[in-house]
Amino acid sequence: MEITLGPLSTIPPGEGRAFDVGSERIAVFLARDGRVFATQAACPHRGGPLVDGLLGGCTLVCPLHAQKFNLQTGEALNGGPGLKTYPVRLSATNQIVVQIERDGG
Amino acid sequence: MQKKRKLVVIGNGMAGVRTVEEILARGGAEQFEITIFGDEPYGNYNRILLSEVLSGSQDASEIFLNPLAWYRENRIQLHAGVRARAIHRHSRQVTGEHEIVASYDNLIIATGSSPYIPPIQGVRLEGGREKPGVFVFRTLDDCHRIAAYAKGKRRAAVIGGGLLGLEAARGLQNFGIDVHVVHISGHLMGQQLDATAGAILRTTLEQLGVTVHLNRSTKEVLGDDRVTGLRFADDEVLDCDLVVISAGIRPNVDLALRAGVTVERGIVVDNHMRSPDDPRIYAVGECAQHRGHVYGLVAPLWEQGKVLADHITKRNEKATYSGSKVATKLKVMGIQLASMGITEPADDRDEIVQFIEPKRGTYKKLIIRDGRLLGGILLGDVSKAAYLMQAFDKNTPLPDERLSLLFDLGAPSTKATLEEMPPEMQVCNCNGVSKEGIVACVRSGKRSSRAIMDATRAGMGCGACKQLVSEIVAWACGGAAEQDPAASYYVPGVPLSKPELVQAVRERGLRSVSAVFRELAGGVEDPGSKPGLASLLRTVWHHEYEDERDARFINDRVHANIQKDGTFSVIPQIPGGVTSAAQLRKIADVVDRYRVPLVKLTGGQRIDLLGVKKEDLPGVWRDLDMPSGFAYGKSYRTCKSCVGTDFCRFGLGDSIDLAVKIEDRFRGMDTPAKMKLATAGCPRNCSEAMVKDVGAVAVEGGKWEIYVGGAAGAHVRKGDVLCVVDAHADVLRLMGRFIQYYRENARYLERTYGFVERLGIQKIRAVVVDDSEGIAARLDAEMQKTVEAYRDPWREAYSPATPNQFRSVLPIVQ
Ligand code: SRM
Ligand SMILES: Cc1cc2nc3c(=O)[nH]c(=O)nc-3n(C[C@H](O)[C@H](O)[C@H](O)COP(=O)(O)OP(=O)(O)OC[C@H]3O[C@@H](n4cnc5c(N)ncnc54)[C@H](O)[C@@H]3O)c2cc1C
Ligand code: SF4
Ligand code: FES
Repeated sequence: MEITLGPLSTIPPGEGRAFDVGSERIAVFLARDGRVFATQAACPHRGGPLVDGLLGGCTLVCPLHAQKFNLQTGEALNGGPGLKTYPVRLSATNQIVVQIERDGG
Repeated sequence: MQKKRKLVVIGNGMAGVRTVEEILARGGAEQFEITIFGDEPYGNYNRILLSEVLSGSQDASEIFLNPLAWYRENRIQLHAGVRARAIHRHSRQVTGEHEIVASYDNLIIATGSSPYIPPIQGVRLEGGREKPGVFVFRTLDDCHRIAAYAKGKRRAAVIGGGLLGLEAARGLQNFGIDVHVVHISGHLMGQQLDATAGAILRTTLEQLGVTVHLNRSTKEVLGDDRVTGLRFADDEVLDCDLVVISAGIRPNVDLALRAGVTVERGIVVDNHMRSPDDPRIYAVGECAQHRGHVYGLVAPLWEQGKVLADHITKRNEKATYSGSKVATKLKVMGIQLASMGITEPADDRDEIVQFIEPKRGTYKKLIIRDGRLLGGILLGDVSKAAYLMQAFDKNTPLPDERLSLLFDLGAPSTKATLEEMPPEMQVCNCNGVSKEGIVACVRSGKRSSRAIMDATRAGMGCGACKQLVSEIVAWACGGAAEQDPAASYYVPGVPLSKPELVQAVRERGLRSVSAVFRELAGGVEDPGSKPGLASLLRTVWHHEYEDERDARFINDRVHANIQKDGTFSVIPQIPGGVTSAAQLRKIADVVDRYRVPLVKLTGGQRIDLLGVKKEDLPGVWRDLDMPSGFAYGKSYRTCKSCVGTDFCRFGLGDSIDLAVKIEDRFRGMDTPAKMKLATAGCPRNCSEAMVKDVGAVAVEGGKWEIYVGGAAGAHVRKGDVLCVVDAHADVLRLMGRFIQYYRENARYLERTYGFVERLGIQKIRAVVVDDSEGIAARLDAEMQKTVEAYRDPWREAYSPATPNQFRSVLPIVQ
């Protein structure tokens, strides 16, 4: 199921912000090259807020203990569990649209 | 093509996975389909570093040797968190939990060992459940359990004063609990030390705050529903809230026993590490018994793994393991120790060479027979360990002058000893890397220590051998080892040293972090390098710097320090620690209004409001109406002060006034690492100015001594006196010049203690005080510009710099 989260302009370039979608918290990132990524919002290490991390290309560094993740694939770059990723696109009017699994589906 | 053989490994620990690596290194991926069962739910990690994890000095994620991706890349089927339950030799299958079945052509048993629980009453609750507060220390999960329980507890007892017990004690100490080690025999670490060394170690440990009880056998763990204490055989009681039992280990042999292969203390193997009963089955690591020996340290396991791999891949079917001479370098609670062979003479002919300096915790003892080394202990000073361990391992004749065995007396240069070091000598005991391994890596073209450590993993375990690895690299490169290029880069993501980077930035007019990546790093953005670049660009361009907020670490995006739960701490400026009723009242109101969970006086003489929500930050600042204390940045932080001449009967100079002036001038300034300052009214140094990054201490005659490069954090160092001056104005000028010189020349995150040590105080004094390079005027001018560019970041409470600057979670707008 696709959900429109809001205009892309809510996210400063090179940063991320989170959205609560049903029971899930989803982090959306806007890379400086214009790519948009969506992943789970809490770091699998100790729950750090990933949107407060440092972003470069598609690599994100968690602000608490510097675990690194590839936002495209969700892979953890220094070992440990990776991130759940969500398909995300921009609408014709630059709205952020994520796809989540339908509840109970 | 031949069909691949199926290889099953039981045990995803240090020996099992290392053996698989050795197999892969011998082209094993073409020969085998590999399946590994591991009952721990992780990839393979370095067990040796568990005490670092327990003490919090390393994060669990940092000790993984093979992340899950490694298994995927090597097409290894890993059943993580799955315990193997049985080996069926006839059907050649291993069955595990969750009904997982794996067939094998070859099987490697690498199940390691388990902590031994001596028969002590009350270890379990009635009914057999685990008693809360009783722990063992073997796995990452044990670490997490102990850490969770230890918080807020007062006293912990460790039963067992061997290597592992002391490692546990060290980890526990960092929880700020009172740690007691209870040991059954008369001296600590009986396996590695003799009585004298044990006694010296005990004294050293007690100086570190650990209480040691010797000759104590524990009879009972007290407590009805959780641990409350221990009762000893003599009925004395030690109150404690938690117990870690570390009384030895027992090889995990059940599976093998039930499969019907020969098991004595461990699983019996021949010289190819194979069971004599079944040529398809091998065993390796702490569960294996070879020629009567079961080893409990990693070094022998590496040797076993190599032989096993040679044999199973048929790379060298004659490869034989002939036992290991156990010589190890250990770090026990931060104390260096090397031990090899026997600890006491075994024969009248044995000669003992010994040196004892109990006050410094140094002890050296060698046992020599017929001119060869049979055993040795080096405690406190292990500078000769490499040479002695090699002489022990190779059984080489020793020089007649015994003194030179214990001390470097202008004796053989390192070069000579490195040359003499046999190629197969193990240098890194954590990862089993030999001298020849390092040399081969140099030959293959890698020329820096860092590159070689990355490639061979030498030095990446406990780190004790890093120095030696670097020496070998330098030697193998013929003395021309390359400085690791990245080590000289200002930040890892841009291949330039700081001066080169500054020059390129100036010449090309690069005013933003993204411009630097675009022009100087081929467009590749390295997130970890962004804050360092931002700091440098601001120092170069002042207000012309193009501030991209995403280049800042979160602390500098929201001007507060992020905490473990994602909330922030707020520390307003309180120069010199001097406050007023009005300020305190405002702070109190803010605490009430925003329900701030904790208010604390800091070690920097200010007040910290902890646990503030990001959304509340602007409101908190507005209501405080005080400037930011910059307690979150790589920047000037604060200037502490003592009361000085205003009230103190010893005061020689007005330290409070000076501290206020200092704070006024330097506040908020970006620096390569944080800077903490202090002023003291006399050399009694009540505000600790001599151990600050920069300090001023009033001395007789109305003068001020300026100290630089002091430290009293993770590193402790008394500052060096830069100069002695007459007036507050001179203090400000010279401090400013020093700070600017530091800003321009230090590496990112290099504190002043590292910087001053690296350049030497003479050099710094020459430049900063005597103007030997003729740059003093320029440094002063740059400093003045920076001072003028100051702006209180908390003003962003009124005009945020980016959309949603103070919000992490946004509402959905459709
Ligand atoms: C609040 C305070 C402890 C307290 O309650 O008193 C504190 C708290 C922290 N210190 Fe500190 N340090 C505090 C005084 C000190 C002092 C004493 C002093 O400033 O006089 C030292 C020793 C002096 C020094 O700086 O070396 C000190 C040495 C450290 C170190 C070790 C630095 C080193 O290189 O040796 C770190 C770790 C680091 O910087 O990487 C650290 C790191 C931290 C951090 C920022 C950890 C972090 O990155 O999150 C802590 C933030 C806690 C939080 O959640 O907000 N803190 N810390 C003190 C704030 C002082 C202030 O008013 O600004
Ligand atoms: C705190 C601590 C500090 C240490 N410090 C040092 C040191 O400084 N120097 C040194 O040389 N050595 C040290 N050691 C010892 C070193 O860690 C061991 O010698 C080494 O880990 C042994 O490797 P192994 O593979 O045989 O066993 P392990 O590393 O224990 O691996 C065995 C694995 O097999 C798993 N397993 C067991 N049974 C099954 C089953 N039925 N099914 C599936 N999986 C199973 C276990 O869960 C475990 O993960 C230390 C050990 C500890 C605990
Ligand atoms: S406040 Fe300082 S000493 Fe205390 S836990 Fe944090 S970093 Fe460590
Ligand atoms: S919480 Fe993300 S790295 Fe620790």
